[in-house]
Amino acid sequence: MLQVTDLTKYYNGQPVFSGFDLHLPAGRFQVLLGPSGCGKTTLFNTLTGVTPKDAGTITWQGEPVPHLGDLCAYMHQKDLLLPWFSLMDNALLPVRTRGGDMAAAQDRAGQLFLRLGLGGYESHRPDQVSGGMRQRCALVRTLMFNRDLILLDEPLSALDAITRQRHQHLLLLLQTEFGKTILMITHDVDEALLLADDIFLLTPMPMAIFRRFSPEPAKPRAFDDPKLLHTKAGILDHLEKGGVS
Amino acid sequence: MNRAGFSAAALVCLLLGIWEGAVRIWEVPVFILPPPSQIGWTATVKAPLILPHAGVTGAEICLGVLFALATAVPLAVAMFAKPVLEKALSPFLVASQAIPVFALAPLLVIWLGYGIASKVFMAWIIIFFPITVSLLQGLKSCDPEYRTLFTLMGSPFFKTLALLYWPWALPQFFAGLRVGVSVATIGAVIGEWVGAQQGLGFLMIQSNARLQTPLVFAAILWLAAMGLFLWALVGMLEKKIITWKS
Repeated sequence: MLQVTDLTKYYNGQPVFSGFDLHLPAGRFQVLLGPSGCGKTTLFNTLTGVTPKDAGTITWQGEPVPHLGDLCAYMHQKDLLLPWFSLMDNALLPVRTRGGDMAAAQDRAGQLFLRLGLGGYESHRPDQVSGGMRQRCALVRTLMFNRDLILLDEPLSALDAITRQRHQHLLLLLQTEFGKTILMITHDVDEALLLADDIFLLTPMPMAIFRRFSPEPAKPRAFDDPKLLHTKAGILDHLEKGGVS
Repeated sequence: MNRAGFSAAALVCLLLGIWEGAVRIWEVPVFILPPPSQIGWTATVKAPLILPHAGVTGAEICLGVLFALATAVPLAVAMFAKPVLEKALSPFLVASQAIPVFALAPLLVIWLGYGIASKVFMAWIIIFFPITVSLLQGLKSCDPEYRTLFTLMGSPFFKTLALLYWPWALPQFFAGLRVGVSVATIGAVIGEWVGAQQGLGFLMIQSNARLQTPLVFAAILWLAAMGLFLWALVGMLEKKIITWKS
């Protein structure tokens, strides 16, 4: 589905990543796990064309594309809701900016509001609701992009620990209920373990994948699943050794 | 009245009291410095004389503000959209403020006549600068992560402008507009000093020449009141439009 080959990006003459490869099959949930500042966000910016790549090819459904800017939806750790619009107007932004059937979009967004527990809050402003609700609204907006590929940039890391746990299963809905293909970056090992089909451990500067894990138990997973704990031990062990090498 | 408003009013009363007392104790001639009570009296009883002049100056300021808005907003947006334009135009913008309006006033009266046009033009020169600069700064202050979001949504420039940049810049736009309306009186009055048949500036010059000092002060009082009124009006408008917390 998504094939990234030999992707290279320099910053001030230093490679942030060089010869980066990634293969993401349709409908899969892959997580890039690495420490803060290892170049994960630069990778996303390069994939989406926000910053130009220095080398490499990106192939989407067999076709080479310059970047994924108009093929993917994007969710950030900040909710990036506009404070002057209601939650509903924020969710409808992707349709408003590109043009389209507003009535149909409103129906669909209304259903998503209900599904994600935002029913009745459509006309509230972002500053009137909690951080978790804002992030759920951002999730609705991400779905309103109506794109098959979703890039998640530490989508829950701005939330407090309790709220974050409650929202992790909502991210899973993107895959199980809406059939999206997902690439997520995070530094949260537990989050990666709960959500991912494949976890790729990253080394910093230049960023590269040095180990792959595919947690076994079927989703939804429990934190205390013995198989998951075993994988977690392996990941932590590798992060300890691999991060410095 | 809130605490800040109360202390401001108390300070004004104190200063006026000192002024009143000093003028009366030392028996300062009225044509040099009239006491505040007499200025207030003159401003009230001479209202039929002052009002038409105030109306003219008010019209000059309002037209100046309208023309300034009509030019500053498109200019700031254009400079924001095309940074080349900003680089090319900013020296002229700064130069337009470096030249004292006083130096231009006689020329403008020659070019545009003794009527209202030369005064509107002068008010325009003074007002449009703070509006342009603040609006441009406001547009440029937009969080790049929001820009990225709009880029990924495939939003064309003018849609992003309407939905993101413009509301983002509104607080700074209003800050510039507030500065603009409060200094607008300067442009209009200078224009009237140099050559006019009506307006508060004209009234001040005339009264000054006849040593009717209380009337000069009364005109200044009216001018200040107009400036304050415009300031408050813009503040109200801002509160009405910006209802969100960023």
